[in-house]
Amino acid sequence: MATSTRNLLLFAGVALLFILTGLFQSWNLSLQILNIGILSAIMALGVNMQWGYAGLFSTGIVGSVALGGLAVVVVSAKPVPEGFAAGGWAVLGGLALGVAVIVAATLLYRAMKPGRLRALAVTALVVAGFFLYRYVFDQGVAAVEAFNPATYGNIGGFGLPSLLAWPVGAIFAGLGAWVIGKIALGLRSDYLAIATLGIAEIIVVVLKSEDWLARGVKNVTGLPRPWPVPYEVDLQADPEFVARVTGWGFDPITASTIFVKLLYLAIFGAVLLAIIWASERALNSPWGRMMRAIRDNEVAASAMGKNVTRRHLQIFIIGSAVVGLAGAMLTSMEGQLVPGVYSPLRFTFLIWVMVIVGGSGNNWGAVLGGLLLGWLWLAVEYLGPGLMGWLTAALPAGDLKTHLIDSAQHMRLVTLGIVLLLVLRFAPRGLIPEK
Amino acid sequence: MDFLNALVALLNFVVIPGVAYGSQLALGALGVTLIFGVLRFSNFAHGDTMAFGTAIVIMFTWLFQSWGISFGPLPTALLALPFGIAATAALVLATDAGIYKFYRRQKAAPIILVIVSAGVMFVMNGLVRLIIGVEERNFTDGARFLLDGNTFKAATGLAEPLVIKTTVAVTVVVAVICVAALFWFLQKTRTGKSMRAFSDNEDLALLSGINPDRVVQVTWIIAAALAVIAGTLYGLDKSFRPFVYFQLLLPVFAAAVVGGLGSPLGAIAGGYIVALSEVVLTYAWKKVATYVLPDSLAPDGLMQLLSTDYKVAVSFSILIIVLLFMPTGIFKGK
Repeated sequence: MATSTRNLLLFAGVALLFILTGLFQSWNLSLQILNIGILSAIMALGVNMQWGYAGLFSTGIVGSVALGGLAVVVVSAKPVPEGFAAGGWAVLGGLALGVAVIVAATLLYRAMKPGRLRALAVTALVVAGFFLYRYVFDQGVAAVEAFNPATYGNIGGFGLPSLLAWPVGAIFAGLGAWVIGKIALGLRSDYLAIATLGIAEIIVVVLKSEDWLARGVKNVTGLPRPWPVPYEVDLQADPEFVARVTGWGFDPITASTIFVKLLYLAIFGAVLLAIIWASERALNSPWGRMMRAIRDNEVAASAMGKNVTRRHLQIFIIGSAVVGLAGAMLTSMEGQLVPGVYSPLRFTFLIWVMVIVGGSGNNWGAVLGGLLLGWLWLAVEYLGPGLMGWLTAALPAGDLKTHLIDSAQHMRLVTLGIVLLLVLRFAPRGLIPEK
Repeated sequence: MDFLNALVALLNFVVIPGVAYGSQLALGALGVTLIFGVLRFSNFAHGDTMAFGTAIVIMFTWLFQSWGISFGPLPTALLALPFGIAATAALVLATDAGIYKFYRRQKAAPIILVIVSAGVMFVMNGLVRLIIGVEERNFTDGARFLLDGNTFKAATGLAEPLVIKTTVAVTVVVAVICVAALFWFLQKTRTGKSMRAFSDNEDLALLSGINPDRVVQVTWIIAAALAVIAGTLYGLDKSFRPFVYFQLLLPVFAAAVVGGLGSPLGAIAGGYIVALSEVVLTYAWKKVATYVLPDSLAPDGLMQLLSTDYKVAVSFSILIIVLLFMPTGIFKGK
C-alpha cells in the first residue's frame, strides 16, 4: 500500500472516531473534543519542531502553554484603572528594576577580570539589587491587591481584542524559551530537560501565587471571545438566526452552541493549516535540511561551519512560540484563566506522547497524534467513570466500588505511559514516519 | 540571653529542618547520581520510584499496625522499610530487564533513555495513585519528640524552645548509616569497585572482565533502596502525597547537578546546599532579628526573602547558577 493511502486511511480512522462520538454521544461533545484536539495538534507541531527537527527534549511545554494563557489576560482582560493607579507603576517599576539588576550584573561580570574581586562585586550588586527590587515591588503589590480583592485585586489587562493576544502569547513563550535556552543549550542534552522542568514549575507557581498579575488561584473569568465568535445567548436572541435554524429543523439552543463550536473549528483549523504550511516549507528549505543535518550529526554540522548552539536556540524559541500561541488560543476559547489546570502530565507529557505516537519529524504525524490522543484523553475522561460504573454495577456499594470508580482516571496515566513505551520500543518512527 | 535565644531559634527553625531535609535530598540525589554514573542518563522516574517505595512502606505500616506490631518509640515504618525496598527493587529490576536493557544493547543516545524514563515515570505515577490514591497520608507513629519544647525551656530557662522531632533524629541517623554503608561498599567491596570502574571507563571495565549486567543490576538495587529510604524519611518528616514526590524531582536533580552528576560525594554536598538554601531563603527571619537587633531597629515585616510557594525557584536558581558557572558541578562530575 502506498504511504499516502495509508496516511489517508489513518486520518479517516481518526475522523471516524469523532463521527462516532457525534452519533452516539452528542455533536457538541465531539466538536468540543475536536477543537481541543486541534489545539493539542498545534502544540504537538511546536514540540515536533524542537524534537523532530532538532532533537531537543524539553519538559517545560506546560510553561509555554501557561505563558500563552497569561498573554490573553494581559492583552484582553478588562482594565482595572483603580487597581493599576494604586500600585501598577510600582509593580512594573520593581520588575524593570529586577531586570536592570540582572543586566547590570551580567555587564559587570563581562567587564571585570576573573577573580575574587569580580565574584564579590557581582554578588554584592545582585544582593543589593534584590532588596531594592523587593522594596519597590512589595509596596506596589500590596497597593494593587488591596483594591477590591473579591472581584479584582490585580492590575487588569489592556482590554484589547482577544485575537491580538494570540501572537502576544507566542512572543511571551518565545521570550521564556530564549532565557532558558541561553542557559541550558550547548551543555549536556539532559540539562535542557531538567532546566525546562524547573522553569515550567516556576511559571505555574507564579501564575498561582502572584495575585496582582492574574488573580492567582482566584482565576480571571469573563475574558472576551476572539473576534467573529458570538455568544450563544446573543444568537438565541437573534430572530434571524432562530428563524433560519428552526427552518432547517434544529433546536435553536443546540444549534447556537454547535454554531459557536463550528466557528472555533474553522478559525483553529485555519491556524493549524497555516502552521503546517509554513513548517513544511521550512522543513524542505535549505534551513530545514541544515536543521536535520545538525540533529543527525552535530559534530559534522559544526565542522561544516554551522553554529549548532545558535540554531538550537532558534528552533527552541520558534517551537515554544508555537506552543504559546496554542496556549493563548485555548485560554481565549475557554474565556477564563485557571492556573490549576496547568498540570505537567496533561500539557507536557501528553503532548510528548502525541508527537512520538504520531511520528517525530513528520508534521502530519504530529497532527494525527494530536487528534488521536486528544480524542482518547478526553473521551476517556467523559466515558471512563461511566464505563467503570457499568463494569462495577454488580458490586455492592462500598469502599471497593468507589475505589475502582475513582481509579478510572488514574488508569489514563498508566495507559499513556505504556503506549509511549510500546511505541518507542516497537515503532520508534511513529504512525506516520519521517520521509 | 537574647543572643542565646536567637541561636536556639536559628537552630530550631533553620538548621534542624534544613539538615533533615538535606539528608532526604542527599539520599535521593545519590540514587540519581549512581544511575547517571553507571547507566549514563538522568532518571526522570526517580521521584516516582520514591513515591512507589513509600506507598508500599505505608501499606506494610498499616498492616503491622493492624496486627498490633510496633517499634516502640520509633516509627513502625522503619520495620516496613525492608519490604518496601524489596518490592521497589523488584519493580526497577523488572523495568530494567523489560525496557532499559533493550536501549542499552542498542547503544541508544542518552536523551532517548531520558524520554523512556519519562514514560516509566508516567506508569509509576499512575501505579502509585492506583495503589494508594492521591490524598495526603500521615503514617508517623511512635514517640513524637526526642526533645520537646517545654522540657528544653524548663531545663535552660530560655524563652525559645528547641524541638527535636523523632522523625528528624531518625532521618539523620538513618542517612548517616546509609551513606557510610554505601561508601564502604563502593570503596572496599569487589562489586563496589567494579561499579566505580564501570562508571569511570566502560570500555576498560569491560576489557578487564567486569560483568556489565551485574553492575547495572546492583546499581538499580542500590538506587531503589536509597529512593525508598529517602521517600519514607521525607514522608515521615512531612507527609506523603504522590504529586509532592513528583515535584521533589527538581530539588533532587538540582542537588545531583550541583555536586556534579556521577559523583556520590557531590550528591551529598548538593543535597545539603539545596536544602539549606531553600530553608534560609524562605524562613521568616523576624524572630531571630528581634532578638539580635536593638529595639530601635526591630523589623516591621516578616523579613522573609521568598514566600514558601517559591521553594521550587530556589532549587532552580541554584541549578542555573551551577550550569552557568561550573557545568560539571562542585566535585567535577561528567
